[in-house]
Amino acid sequence: MKKILFIEDESALHKALGEILKQEGYEMVSAFDGEAGLEMAEKEKPDFILLDLVLPKIHGFDVLKELKKNEETKDIPVIILTNLENMQDVEKSIKMGAKGYLVKSGYTLEEVVEKIKKIIEGK
Amino acid sequence: MNFKKIIDQLNLVGQCRKYGLPLWECPQFLFLIMGLIIIASIVSAYAIGTKYIEDPYTVSFIAIALTLVLLIMASIITNSFERLAEANRMKSEFVSVVSHQLRSPLSNLKWTLDLLMSERLTLKKDKQLEYLEILEENSKRMSDLISDLLITSRIEQGKFFIKKEKISLKTTVEQVLEEHKNALNPFNAKISFEAEKDLPNVNCDPSRIKMVISNLLDNARRYSRDNGKIEIRLKRGGRNIYFEIKDQGVGIPKEDQKLIFQRFFRSANALRHQTEGSGLGLYIAKSIIEKTGGRIGFQSQEGKGSTFWFSLPI
Repeated sequence: MKKILFIEDESALHKALGEILKQEGYEMVSAFDGEAGLEMAEKEKPDFILLDLVLPKIHGFDVLKELKKNEETKDIPVIILTNLENMQDVEKSIKMGAKGYLVKSGYTLEEVVEKIKKIIEGK
Repeated sequence: MNFKKIIDQLNLVGQCRKYGLPLWECPQFLFLIMGLIIIASIVSAYAIGTKYIEDPYTVSFIAIALTLVLLIMASIITNSFERLAEANRMKSEFVSVVSHQLRSPLSNLKWTLDLLMSERLTLKKDKQLEYLEILEENSKRMSDLISDLLITSRIEQGKFFIKKEKISLKTTVEQVLEEHKNALNPFNAKISFEAEKDLPNVNCDPSRIKMVISNLLDNARRYSRDNGKIEIRLKRGGRNIYFEIKDQGVGIPKEDQKLIFQRFFRSANALRHQTEGSGLGLYIAKSIIEKTGGRIGFQSQEGKGSTFWFSLPI
């Protein structure tokens, strides 16, 4: 079973995405701030990370930077899942090594799951 | 440039109103005054210069005095431009903060609705109820933010009114605590409330004061530390009743303290701790307290906690 780490401070999103991913046969682990996200990425060794940008404690960009710096986590694909929508952030994320950039309010839950599946299967 | 545009430019009061600035802070008006001072300086320099031609000290003293006046005027104009630029910067920041703050509950609503409507999942009754509660909580978040924005806009336009009636502040605090019993308490802070005996009533708008107290309580909870204490006190001091709320939270960095009551301002420290928030709560609280004839303030130390207080006249 593939494991997905979701780093996001809104618990409602964890619950909704968790239900669907479970049904799709994935295991989802949750972190609610940047610091916990980094710890769990190292401990849980997920196959995939979904990362919000506006996060308590450590900003999403700094989390991404740390993930890519760490030998143990640098190869885990990361998708940015945020509500910030400007080209600078998109370009910066891709440049820093993110696999994709999704605006949460722009997609339905099913669409997000479809995109995640595509990226994981194409891995 | 057509004739109407030239007339519009000459309408200084209209131009200044457009920026929402009083006449004495409006660059256009200040430029006009500076121009008039320059003309008056040249004319008087000529008049005085010819009269005191034999006394170069007086002439140079007058020239220095006039230059000083012009320098002061120029610095006032620069300041007013800076204020305009700052207002502009804050508005852009506001658009980005508000759009993010509205989108967060919006995506919670959207995904939860998607889940509830999904045909491939059969959720049990208690799960359904849990998701309906999420919908309720997030629609409240959106409506609270929108009402804060509307109040802010009314304050800025000078159209924010409050009514006054005699109420017991102790009862009001108790009501707020009761209403907030089940509110979000992310760090499990313990709240205590203590009021001096036989406090007299205060003359204020009950619903607005409730808003201020809720707001301060909400901040204390959000910026608290795990299992921290929040102490609320009511006491009398002269002709005023003092409300005080003390937390053991993250505190406010010194450099941010003077900006804390400005609208849309959020300290970097606050952002690190809690991403939700529009930066309007304290601005609104200050307006309400000052309109009621009271005062509001705080003491804070980064890493140790904050004490916010307000006083209302009896």
